[in-house]
This record gives sequence, structure tokens and C-alpha cells, in this order.
Amino acid sequence: MTKKAQTQTERAGAGRRRGSLAGVDRELQVRIGAQLRAMHDDIIHEGVPERFQELLAQLDRTKAKD
Amino acid sequence: MDGLDGDDSVRRGIIAAIPRLRAVAVSLTGSADRADDLVQETMLRAYANIDKFEPGSNLAAWLFTILRNQFRSEYRKRKREVEDVDGHHVDSLTASPEQMGKVEFNELRAALTLLPPEQREALVLVGASGFSYEEAADICGCAVGTIKSRLNRARARLSQLLSPSGPVTPEGPEPSQNSDNGETFATGDLEQRD
Repeated sequence: MTKKAQTQTERAGAGRRRGSLAGVDRELQVRIGAQLRAMHDDIIHEGVPERFQELLAQLDRTKAKD
Repeated sequence: MDGLDGDDSVRRGIIAAIPRLRAVAVSLTGSADRADDLVQETMLRAYANIDKFEPGSNLAAWLFTILRNQFRSEYRKRKREVEDVDGHHVDSLTASPEQMGKVEFNELRAALTLLPPEQREALVLVGASGFSYEEAADICGCAVGTIKSRLNRARARLSQLLSPSGPVTPEGPEPSQNSDNGETFATGDLEQRD
């Protein structure tokens, strides 16, 4: 996060007078975003499980019969 | 048989999309088993409708539209079933750590299942899977502005749920919901992706 972005967020937060700590919020948002992507990438790295390879082979056989 | 070549490239595209479909499905359903069932159903539908896919158009968007519509119809069905049981949704209890991989993500997964489905899908498509606002709007069948506001509400709610001090108002009105125009939270964090 850039310093400028942080300042802007803090200003925006203060401007709305919500009394929330915009900086902390922002940090949490960044962390959640990173975690979401890490979780997503974890599953992507599992590749194509056997279950789906079998299903594909089965679908292709059905298709070939058409 | 010219048509087969076209189908074949779509077929390869479907296979290539499986890992990403699974990743999105896990975040949508909160359960590895349900995610794989959802992906399987998506593949069957894609295959059955392969001739309806326009070559050259966005295959990922097409596949994720099928996945998303399937998720929504399952969600409705499931919600009815679950509410019949105890009058409240127990979605968040379906994830078991062994099935779901890393324990560190359990809290996030559970929090995701507490988001309304429309917020969840906006967040997962844009924030996790890296779709553009336009693609996500296309997939969800809504306006780009709608995706943006759902995304903002999802982020606000999620940071509430995952805040170190604990959720402030678990089921109550969200403090940032008063603005639906996407200004409440600065965009740019969650969707920054290569």
C-alpha cells in the first residue's frame, strides 16, 4: 500500500466521521485480499484431480459414439 | 468434420479451466465436496451445450456463468432444505479442515459462507480469481456498478467478521452499507492481480 493511498483512505474515513480507524481497516482489507488469493491459488495448484480426468474420458467416449 | 476441431479447442479450454473453476467453487460453497460436485455439474452442462458456445468469445466467462448459475440454483435448493431442518442456515459448518486443506484458511472460509451469495460471488470472482468488473458483471448477469457495490459490501462485512476485535454486529446493519455507490472502501487492494 502506498503512503498516498493510506493518507487518502484516512482522510476519507475522517471525512465520514465514522470514528473507525481507517488505517487499521485498510491493513485488514489488504490482508484479507492476500489471504483470499492465497487460498484460491492453493486449490489451483492441485491441478485437475483424477475424478475429473475420468469424467472427461467418459464424456469423450460418449461423444465419440454420437 | 470441421466442427470437431472447434469443439476440440473448447474441450481443451474446459479442461484448462478446471483448476480455476474448483478454486472459485470452494470459496463459493465453503466445502471441497460440494465444490467438486458443482464443477462436475458445470462440466456436464458445458459439454452438453458445447455447440452453443460461440467460438472466439470468452470461454472462461461462459464456463463461470454456468458455474455461477448452478451455484445459485443449488444454493436456493439447499437453503430451503436446511431451513426446513432448523430454520437457520448452517452452511458454515460444512467445511472440515482435513478436506479443505490449510487450517489457516478456515476462518476466512467460514466468514465467506456468512456473506450473502451475491456478495460472495462478486468477491470471489474479482478479488480472488482476478476477473475484471466487466467480466464479473457478465457472469453474474448484472451491471458493473452492481458488482462494485456488492464487492464493497462484501469487503466491509468480511473485515468486520475477521476483525481482531471480533465481529461488531454479526447480523445487524452494516455501518458502510449506507453508500451503495462504491465509494466507501477504496478499490484496488483485493483485485490487484497479475
